[in-house]
Amino acid sequence: MSWFSEFGAILAMQGFNGLSVFCVLLLMALGLAIIFGQMGVINMAHGEFLTIGAYTTYLFSSLTTSYAPAFAPYYFFFAIAGAFLIAFCVGYLVEWGLIRHLYRRPLDTLLATWGLSLVMQQAFRSTFGAKEVSATLPDWLMGSVKPSESIDIPINGLFVMGLTVILTGMLALLLYRSQWGLRVRATTQNRIMSGAVGINTRRVDRITFALGCGIAGIAGAAFTTIGSTGPTSGSLYIVDTFLTVVLGGAASLAGTIASAFTIAQTQATAEFFMHGSMAKVLTLSAVVLILMMRPQGLFSIKVRR
Amino acid sequence: MPIDESSRIKNSRRREVLRVIAALPLLALPLSALAQQFPTTKVNTTKLAVTDGEVTVGQLHSATGTMAISETGSIQAERLAIDQINATGGVLGRKIKIIQEDGASDWPTFAEKAKKLLVNDRVAAVFGCWTSASRKAVLPVFEKENGMLYYPTFYEGLEQSKNVIYTGQEATQQIIAGLDWIAKQKNAKTFFLIGSDYIWPRTSNKIARKHIENVLKGKVVGEEYYPLGTTQFGSLINKIKLQKPDVVYAIVVGGSNVAFYKQLKAAGVTSDKQTLLTISVTEDEMLGIGGENVEGFYAAMKYFQALDNPNNKKFVEAFKAKYGEKSVIGDVTQAAYLGPWLWKAAVEKAGSFDIDKIAAASPGIELKIAPEGYVKIHDNHHLWSKTRIGVAQKDGQFKVVYESGLIEPNPFPKGYQ
Repeated sequence: MSWFSEFGAILAMQGFNGLSVFCVLLLMALGLAIIFGQMGVINMAHGEFLTIGAYTTYLFSSLTTSYAPAFAPYYFFFAIAGAFLIAFCVGYLVEWGLIRHLYRRPLDTLLATWGLSLVMQQAFRSTFGAKEVSATLPDWLMGSVKPSESIDIPINGLFVMGLTVILTGMLALLLYRSQWGLRVRATTQNRIMSGAVGINTRRVDRITFALGCGIAGIAGAAFTTIGSTGPTSGSLYIVDTFLTVVLGGAASLAGTIASAFTIAQTQATAEFFMHGSMAKVLTLSAVVLILMMRPQGLFSIKVRR
Repeated sequence: MPIDESSRIKNSRRREVLRVIAALPLLALPLSALAQQFPTTKVNTTKLAVTDGEVTVGQLHSATGTMAISETGSIQAERLAIDQINATGGVLGRKIKIIQEDGASDWPTFAEKAKKLLVNDRVAAVFGCWTSASRKAVLPVFEKENGMLYYPTFYEGLEQSKNVIYTGQEATQQIIAGLDWIAKQKNAKTFFLIGSDYIWPRTSNKIARKHIENVLKGKVVGEEYYPLGTTQFGSLINKIKLQKPDVVYAIVVGGSNVAFYKQLKAAGVTSDKQTLLTISVTEDEMLGIGGENVEGFYAAMKYFQALDNPNNKKFVEAFKAKYGEKSVIGDVTQAAYLGPWLWKAAVEKAGSFDIDKIAAASPGIELKIAPEGYVKIHDNHHLWSKTRIGVAQKDGQFKVVYESGLIEPNPFPKGYQ
């Protein structure tokens, strides 16, 4: 009996783990999904925008501990907002200074953003030092809830989950229920026609890119609860992020969600039965197989290029 | 433009001052009696970069790229040691000059820069490398061009070269003493081995498994490897909960390390419920992980910053004076600090800078000023050293709870392969 309840507990925790990996994947892919999906720009520096978010959290944390210790339990929310703003602004500048000159040249964009990612990494290293830093996280974020004696549900997992749901909801609203969303979708489907009917496509591009970067910043801030903060921390996520977006199919929010779910569940389940490296092999093979059968990704909409 | 008298005088006076300044090194030369006692033609028969007043050495670490996070401490420690040696008269009366090259976390670059240091710069010794991959990349260069490398990192063993002095521990030194202690202390019978998926954790866990099964008569209930850079450890943590091992033996590295410990803590696997022993968390890693996330877990290392001995006090003080009050010193940083001192001792014992003579003179050299206490070079070019167990503290330091005797280095352990 005790064995049975324990088995149930592990099953519950493993189920939660799958969901939590799903949310992490989705959160890191959201920003890229709108940049790659809507604009067709392959942003290799996406990971570095995550890092911006992580360092912002670190800055907020050190400022709080040195100037307003009483504020420590709440600073995290402001750090998230700050991460969004800073990443948004940097994204805006990058689009203006670099990306806009390279539309319609996907390979050049790839190279340019990869170069940008190296520059940003070294900039972090020169500013914050090569060693990793650690934001002091509020205590309430680092514990676990215990619905029963043998089940531990990590609070940081719940937090990331909640944040993902809110962000995805907001993004869906923005894309499908707002004027701006309408313009973005129109530009995605037919850029020239959109221009002809009076949509300022340049402006749409710039805001879309900046928004994607801003969301990456939020993800980076949230990931300080589960991962590292260092000059190259963001690059740890980049492969999985691209995997999610490509499998999901370009230009589709639903596809990104479905693909994050598929990858997360495959990975989490496989990891339980074999060790991590083998699980990764299995997941990647599954993705390759799916893409062989459906090169356009899980979901895709018709787009006139 | 006509030159008026006053400016000409000023110019000639300036020239005179410059001449005096330029002559200063010449004045300094005859002062070094030691250098006169060891004339350059005698101590340097292989055309190394050694002059009457100077000897050039190389430093080859990653100052940029992913490995900069780890190698920065080594770069700093080697510079500190060299500064200290220069302040006390240098080596055979010669000041040490450093040429620093950046391996940029890229192994072919390491090999290329090693060749540059040995062939173009003719350096008398190189202090460098951190990962095994970079060491393996430069090893053929050092053997072909006959250079001398002081390598600071604890590593998997299974290597020995005339051209390398290994100042960190090889695997058996670090692993066996730690396992013996934890098995005895916690009466541990079951072990769960975890590692990042590359040569060092795999070789180390292989040694650990042999020792657990054959010597400790315990059982390995799980052995798991995760790709470098993995950030999700939920499934692994659930497996640990399912198996309930007496000891989790963890060799996770890099950014994964932080994710692993943060998620362990969040999942309620803390030191009051689970014993964990690691050989991959030093004070450097604690900076990124956060002390509160590893509090109470054990680490087996040969050096901790908190070691209580006069050598170490002096070392920590000097390090902080040079690099700031907040800097921390991990195991490898200390091992890197030993490099220049061991080289100086070897040169003085050999009475020569020649690589062959240093290599031959190295075995048997003792270093009594080592922050870790006392070390001695073995015939196999590794160091005799002690292993300590530290308990991680909230403030990012370790509390030392155990110290072994002096352990013989054994890079090719029989029965462990």
